[in-house]
Amino acid sequence: MAKKLLSGNEAIALGAYESDCSVATGYPGTPSTEILENISKRYGDKIYCEWSPNEKVAFEAAVGASTTGARALTTMKLVGLNVAADPLMTLSYTGVAGGFIAVVADDPGMNSSQDEQDTRLFAHFAKVPVLEPADSQEAKEFVKVGFEISEQFGTPVILRTTTTVSHSRGVVEEGTALELNRPHSFKKDPQRFVPIPAFARGMRVRLEDRVERLSKAASVSSLNRVEWNENGDRKVGIVTSSATYQYVKEVFPEANVLKLGWCYPFPDDLLLEFAKTVRTVVVIEELEDFVEQHMKALGIATIGKRLGNENLVPKYGPLDVDVLLEVRKKLSANPATSKAFSAPVAETKRELPALPTLPNRPPVLCPGCPHRGLFYALGKFDVVVAGDIGCYSLGVAPPLNCMDTILCMGGGITVAHGIDVAKNDRPVVGVMGDSTFFHSGMTGLMDIVYNKGKATIVVLDNRITAMTGHQDNPGTGKTIMGEETFAASISDIAKAMGMKNVVTVNPRKLDETSAALKTAIESDEAWLIVAKEPCPLAYRKKADHEVFVDQEKCKKCGACLKLGCPAIERDENKVVTINESLCASCDLCKQVCKFGALSSRDANSSQGGLV
Amino acid sequence: MSAKETTNVVFVGVGGQGILLASAIVATAALESGYDVKTNEIHGMAQRGGSVLAQVRYGKKVYSPLVPKGTATAIASLERTEAIRYVDYLAPDGLAVISDQVIVPVTVSSGAAKYPELDESGLREIFPKLVYVPAVERATELGNVRAANVILLGALSTKLDLTDEAWQDAIKKRVKPAFVDLNLKAFYLGRDLAQNA
Ligand SMILES: Cc1ncc(C[n+]2csc(CCOP(=O)(O)OP(=O)(O)O)c2C)c(N)n1
Ligand code: SF4
Ligand code: SF4
Ligand code: SF4
Repeated sequence: MAKKLLSGNEAIALGAYESDCSVATGYPGTPSTEILENISKRYGDKIYCEWSPNEKVAFEAAVGASTTGARALTTMKLVGLNVAADPLMTLSYTGVAGGFIAVVADDPGMNSSQDEQDTRLFAHFAKVPVLEPADSQEAKEFVKVGFEISEQFGTPVILRTTTTVSHSRGVVEEGTALELNRPHSFKKDPQRFVPIPAFARGMRVRLEDRVERLSKAASVSSLNRVEWNENGDRKVGIVTSSATYQYVKEVFPEANVLKLGWCYPFPDDLLLEFAKTVRTVVVIEELEDFVEQHMKALGIATIGKRLGNENLVPKYGPLDVDVLLEVRKKLSANPATSKAFSAPVAETKRELPALPTLPNRPPVLCPGCPHRGLFYALGKFDVVVAGDIGCYSLGVAPPLNCMDTILCMGGGITVAHGIDVAKNDRPVVGVMGDSTFFHSGMTGLMDIVYNKGKATIVVLDNRITAMTGHQDNPGTGKTIMGEETFAASISDIAKAMGMKNVVTVNPRKLDETSAALKTAIESDEAWLIVAKEPCPLAYRKKADHEVFVDQEKCKKCGACLKLGCPAIERDENKVVTINESLCASCDLCKQVCKFGALSSRDANSSQGGLV
Repeated sequence: MSAKETTNVVFVGVGGQGILLASAIVATAALESGYDVKTNEIHGMAQRGGSVLAQVRYGKKVYSPLVPKGTATAIASLERTEAIRYVDYLAPDGLAVISDQVIVPVTVSSGAAKYPELDESGLREIFPKLVYVPAVERATELGNVRAANVILLGALSTKLDLTDEAWQDAIKKRVKPAFVDLNLKAFYLGRDLAQNA
């Protein structure tokens, strides 16, 4: 079989294909997004794929598919599971027919997330098995085993990856694709699928029994394995999981390792057996002390997050080899553990000269980004801005400084409404993107209409889900398979909800945008402003003109720099120029310059006439 | 520690400069040569003009996909000063291949921060083993600015024990057919630059 270099996410897509998964749904979210992108691109002829409007919808659609006996998989990032928590909790009661896997990608280090929640705790809360692959090969295999566990026990399964597992590539061996040839046929069984209290109580009892059986199965599962060291020394045993296993193998090559790929329902028998065989147990896990706390509850003395009075394994942030070298150093220095751990072999460090201070390189709105115009215009008003999550979150940074709160997807509208009904002393403007509007903005807007709120809401309709890498959404008129479909109109939806004041503006036109904002903010009624202009990265257009600085007219006033456009540069002598290779010719800066120093010329001649 | 038997390479730059192609070519060449390979790349927020990092490790058996500090055999930077941000990845005798291209971050153009004044000799103090390449200029001469990444890769390849054949195969596998010749030229140009440095 062929060997390929695949990312964890690509490997999960391959695993879905090799397991004869029939339905795959999801909502984009780093680091999970490429799973569904790969399934649709490579296996879309065999697996039905969709981007759903949000994770709850995606989850429930996959549940429906599973009730027919089909195998189904749904993907999301960590916080997506909060949105899908409601169906998860009850699905655990009803159980599944066809295999059901929710792939949830955690983000230790918060590379692109607003929190660092550990999905293993969610699995525990919902009483469903959680599998944790440590590399791409395992990511693929665990999908297969996950479907088997799911069907054998009638339980949903969570496959938990992390940013490192999802976005690292490793060698993966392709397998043969299973062909189940199953009828997909829903079988009526209310005792099983209808959790009215009378039935749910029975489900509740069966759930406890299932957890117990799963714990026994986990203890003997091939997903959990002990790697005994070769010299027979049983001084130290390390319990670990996920990518952390890889770092443990490098930093503690001599240790006996219990590698957990299926950590919940806790494999009690295996944990007790391992602890009995080794003298000192160290639990090294990323984020929460999930396994460690349970081992302590089992009466096993472990070292983990703490070693005596000092902190040992960090409770937050990503682990890596360097972090574990520090852990080893502490273990070797502490009298309680120094006998068991030698100091790590120190890397020969090079003496570095004094380094220059580097300027920060924060992510920024692209040149030509339509969000920039809205924020620039909004910045002129004395208002509170309730923001949301998307590229426009970058509007929080200088020089735009234009976002006062971010809570979660959908919060742009609802938090604004709350600020409004509390009669805040300044007006409020809620801001969110198109994908976020379809995700969880619509119910918030309904709330404003229903309860006669007065907030001004701006939907930044850039015709794409940009932040996560440009996925289609219900407004773009395309499905994940690239098929044409109905393009939902945000203003039509708002009007249908009863929103009276709806206006569409082009955020690249500052006058138009400012005028609409002024009317809305001064009004004592709610307004919806749809700032509609496609993201230039998703919809590339060749510019018909170039924008340049006429140095004779430029007064070096710096006003154009307040846009925060990466294409506008200023040197030590305050000379402002436009970097042609970056400029998207959006003309925003032209509207900001009071001295007419920013002008356009024909795209093809850098000296050409003015247009 | 097994890192000793592992070759570690780090590519850095600014979102959109093409470091992922360069790292994919190294990974493919190593895989073709029979090594175990792991790579890691940054996605998401970092792409919007942020600083980016791609890592490749290969050897008999590779565990961590992330390069431990102080162990990189070589680092290639597509931007003049970005390599400094990641200097602690480099092994004491590691090679740095740095493009002279400057990409000014908004923090500098808006006046909030300063871009460090560093020329080749300044960089050489930080990176004693340095190949400093006018990569954009050379790539333009070759006919395509976008080949700058592969010129750097060629220079970096002098530090790696992979065969000519493996490199050529990897380039053919990773680059669109129409650009294979260009990229092969870019690769060998980079190699020559490093060998004559
Ligand atoms: C519950 C949840 N799901 C997914 C994400 C990941 N995510 C962040 S922003 C975003 C989409 C933003 O799209 P849009 O609102 O259209 O704004 P744009 O980025 O296009 O400006 C997504 C899916 C998240 N943060 N929270
Ligand atoms: S990707 Fe599109 S929406 Fe996001 S910052 Fe760039 S231009 Fe704006
Ligand atoms: S706003 Fe106009 S005058 Fe002021 S610095 Fe920019 S180009 Fe020059
Ligand atoms: S026209 Fe002005 S604001 Fe628009 S991308 Fe070019 S430099 Fe930036």
